[in-house]
Amino acid sequence: MGKTAVEKIFDAHQIDNPFEDICVLRLDAVFCHEITTPVAINDLVSRGLDRVFDPGRIKAVIDHVSPAKDSKTALQGKILRDWARRHGISDFFDIGANGVCHALFPEKGFVRPGYVIIMGDSHTCTHGAFGAFAAGVGTTDLEVGILKGVCAFKYPKSMRIRISGELASGVYAKDVILSILGRIGVNGATNRVIAFEGPVVDAMSMEARMTLCNMAVEAGATSGICAPDRTTVDYLWPFIKDDYTSREQALAAFSAYLPDPDAEYEETLSMEVTDLEPQITYGYKPDNVRPVREMAGTPVDQVYIGSCTNGRIEDLRVAAAVLKGHRISKNVRGIVSPATPKVFSQALAEGLLQVFMEAGFCVTNPTCGACLGMSNGVLAEGEVCASTTNRNFYGRMGKGGMVHLMSPATAAATAIAGRITNSILYKG
Amino acid sequence: MSGMKNFDGKVLFLDRSDINTDEIIPAGYLTEIQKQALKPYLLEDLKLSGFDPRRDIDGKSVIVTRSNFGCGSSREHAPWALEVNGIHLVIAESFARIFRQNMFNCGMMAVELPKTDIDRLFFEFSTKPTTLETDLNTMHFRFRADGREAVFPFVISRFDRELVAAGGWVAYADAHY
Ligand code: SF4
Repeated sequence: MGKTAVEKIFDAHQIDNPFEDICVLRLDAVFCHEITTPVAINDLVSRGLDRVFDPGRIKAVIDHVSPAKDSKTALQGKILRDWARRHGISDFFDIGANGVCHALFPEKGFVRPGYVIIMGDSHTCTHGAFGAFAAGVGTTDLEVGILKGVCAFKYPKSMRIRISGELASGVYAKDVILSILGRIGVNGATNRVIAFEGPVVDAMSMEARMTLCNMAVEAGATSGICAPDRTTVDYLWPFIKDDYTSREQALAAFSAYLPDPDAEYEETLSMEVTDLEPQITYGYKPDNVRPVREMAGTPVDQVYIGSCTNGRIEDLRVAAAVLKGHRISKNVRGIVSPATPKVFSQALAEGLLQVFMEAGFCVTNPTCGACLGMSNGVLAEGEVCASTTNRNFYGRMGKGGMVHLMSPATAAATAIAGRITNSILYKG
Repeated sequence: MSGMKNFDGKVLFLDRSDINTDEIIPAGYLTEIQKQALKPYLLEDLKLSGFDPRRDIDGKSVIVTRSNFGCGSSREHAPWALEVNGIHLVIAESFARIFRQNMFNCGMMAVELPKTDIDRLFFEFSTKPTTLETDLNTMHFRFRADGREAVFPFVISRFDRELVAAGGWVAYADAHY
């Protein structure tokens, strides 16, 4: 019987099978940020186990609240910074070089097809876009990962989502994943890996695949995964060019992690997206999804463009194309947070930041900030935010605030109108 | 077995599905690096009519709830906020994967019961002061309220039992890997 991509990755990484379906896997990388790692560090210190399994395989960033907003967040940064220095973790990204983890680490070439990666962050599933098994874990799993370079998982079950058709102009990966969430629900993929397949995925850029995989956890999935192909190789080429003689050779090596044609999936869903309209969330759960059209006219107080879902250069290009030549509504605060320093400088070089500023947006440094209601755009009680992020939980961006999730194009159009607006209205 | 936690006590019923970890402990408190500091904020943002965290949590040791408890963020601050309030056991129809693993990784338990059992618990017990006794050896829960008693068998894997016995995954992994 054939195997899925994740089954192949598990087979290649399993170092122990202590019970039934429990697999202890060897980790290729452990990613760390300043919110969930300091408690692990302190616990290791207090147990007399202040060690790391391999400083070269640990990557760390201060991203959630940067620059520090108060003494507590300054201390969290300091604990991570001191620890990285103490253990010689050279891939540590501090202010000036830092950005949102799930945008920064792929950009640095830290993710490869077939890798097993954990991080104390639920959106670690983003990195499945590269054909890796990348899973969010809690602080205890992170702590053991740092110390031993291992993590335990149940042998994976997979769910396949085949996406076919062609996306209409003004419809993006974000609209696809929102519509999937609306269909399968916040519990629809719990304890499974979602394998995203089909011509629409094949045609997507790495950025779009990351947006797709990013929200797999919103359906409860352990991770998302896309098969590595030429697009993956091209993205990674600057980092792997010394390891392979040609792109073809790299692709051949990565094909070890392609699913077999007769692999078994617990469930297969087919989606035809040619008629898909821009999508938006309306409640406090990410599966409360409907077409933007049905929410049109709802007033908003703030528009936020950024995060590990949609703060990459393609997202900023799309939003700037909608904003160009317009000013945002007087009733709206517009905030854009390019996800990484590279995205920031690219947006600067391409004149996108100028477009945002002329439209009336505030441009912030790369950080998570507003996405989880910690800094740089926290909502007041009763306020409404149109946001390109991934969670609309009650109070997520500020106590008593309401969040509507949408694509960067929809967010930009909404900023201009001051009300939820279908971006297609602003096309040419 | 010295690290083993207590799984008996008064029950808090939360009659809602999809309670997420932002509701269990809001992001604003993730700047705390001491678990104890999370104590006053457990379930502060829970959207559930009639529920008042300041009144309803005190003295409770067990939560009984519906499906997909602990979805959303991976923050282990959610189990920790439960732990420092003396709640070491959550019983639900289903859990989000990371939350469930975090509970056992801390030597606590997140146990699934069939929907019919959960429905019965809400129907027969949720309006009365209820206590639970957990028998880990025979894997049974015994609920009591007002002279009424109900026993439910439960299943957790051998791995989960080992984690509970070891007091969590760090101790287990350090001994094995
Ligand atoms: S941008 Fe938001 S969802 Fe992404 S890692 Fe940061 S806080 Fe989490």
